[in-house]
Amino acid sequence: MYKRTDGRKNDETRPIKMKVGVLKHADGSALVSIGKTMALAAVYGPRELNPRHMQESDRAIVQCNYTMAPFSTKERVRPGPSRRSTEISKVTREALEPALFLRDFPKTTIDVYIVILQANAGTRTAGINAASLALADAGIQMRDLVTSIAAGKIEGHYMLDLNGDEEEETDCDLPIAYMPREKKFTLIQMDGNITKDDMKQVIKTAVKGCETLYEHQRKALREKWSKEGFE
Amino acid sequence: MNIQTKYIISSLSKGTRLDGRKPEEHRKIEIEIGPIEQAEGSARVRMGGTEVIAGVKMNAGEPFPDTPNEGVLMVNAEFSPVASPEFELGPPRESAIELARIVDRGIRESHCIDTKKLCIKAGEKVWMVMVDIQPLSQDGNLIDASGIAAITALKAAKMVKYEESEDKVIYEKTEHSVPLTDIPVPVTFGIIDNKLIVDPDLDEEESMDGRLTMTTNEAGNICAIQKGGICSLTMEMIEEAAEISIKKGKEIRALIKKSL
Repeated sequence: MYKRTDGRKNDETRPIKMKVGVLKHADGSALVSIGKTMALAAVYGPRELNPRHMQESDRAIVQCNYTMAPFSTKERVRPGPSRRSTEISKVTREALEPALFLRDFPKTTIDVYIVILQANAGTRTAGINAASLALADAGIQMRDLVTSIAAGKIEGHYMLDLNGDEEEETDCDLPIAYMPREKKFTLIQMDGNITKDDMKQVIKTAVKGCETLYEHQRKALREKWSKEGFE
Repeated sequence: MNIQTKYIISSLSKGTRLDGRKPEEHRKIEIEIGPIEQAEGSARVRMGGTEVIAGVKMNAGEPFPDTPNEGVLMVNAEFSPVASPEFELGPPRESAIELARIVDRGIRESHCIDTKKLCIKAGEKVWMVMVDIQPLSQDGNLIDASGIAAITALKAAKMVKYEESEDKVIYEKTEHSVPLTDIPVPVTFGIIDNKLIVDPDLDEEESMDGRLTMTTNEAGNICAIQKGGICSLTMEMIEEAAEISIKKGKEIRALIKKSL
């Protein structure tokens, strides 16, 4: 049996911490840590979009930026956009958009900023969890919360929420974003080399993880909003 | 919803598409080897009105510190306005970057390139294999056309010589091929009205909610997945896509082999 370096069960996530309303100036915000990975998200909007030629007359647009803080990894991350961060910004936006009612806010933008403060595998998924919470915290109506986590397969075992060491070992790295109530995937990516049946099992493993995250997200929202008397 | 989208959806409910294809049918794929003589390897791929050239260039450079005895693979895509009025000049934008990274991951993660064989002197000099993708006509599904062109160009490529005493590359082709062990093939699905259509053309791309790409290898395994666009997927759709992409990948792989 494969022994995980941090002693977790195969279908167990790393320790999760979530808090919403962590930023004073953002309309919505959240801090999510999963193991050592730490993602901060801020949401502004819906607000007027400038320049105006970017406006969509029948819906809001979502602008999303994913950035890694220079000090977030062992080797310093060079500031500024990279090919990787550009792609992650895009897939993150596309993971969040299906949950939003964009047609309710024509000509506006919803801006989502994600900063990875510390990185140890699963930064895009942590970023999506934080962004989804920040959208909810901003009071923007959503079809469902978007939850996100990766799973893989190591030495024949399906493994949830790979940490940095495990990412080197796994046959595949398969992050998903999932709306648990709708049972729908809004992000799916995979790198690796696995059979179709393995793919199915890895996805199922990740979905289980998303259900756990969903509870954490709801708890984090209740913690802030029940105190402030929002029904 | 515009009229074209409505028409596409109503056709699909009857099992056909605007150009008469079935949902699981690719457009005709034509592959031409070596259109660019000065590249180490090149391929031109036509899929209906979509056309892409991929070229392989090689250079000797320093390895990455964490893989001192492995060569380097780079895939880049440049969307020039020659291919579409929608493309603009300037550095690659998000869609070109995403395309290059999907093709890159398909090749890298299938481990079809033996990067250890691309080492010249461990820790000092390795081969850098650069695959550049140049769309000539964007008529839908650039991802598959680019992926097929890239792997075919790599398959067709011949190594050049490295002169150690002068520390330079001599651009004279040898008989040695790039060390490749597999042919990963991407298959992209458009998602319209919660239905999957293989190889969406431009009209379908304009109407679709999103797309899903699955890259498969010779063994029928999946080596890369990417969802794009504002759509959400069910488990059933993902499983169906996996099944079809394995089958279609096999057909396209046979086509690539035949062309070589």
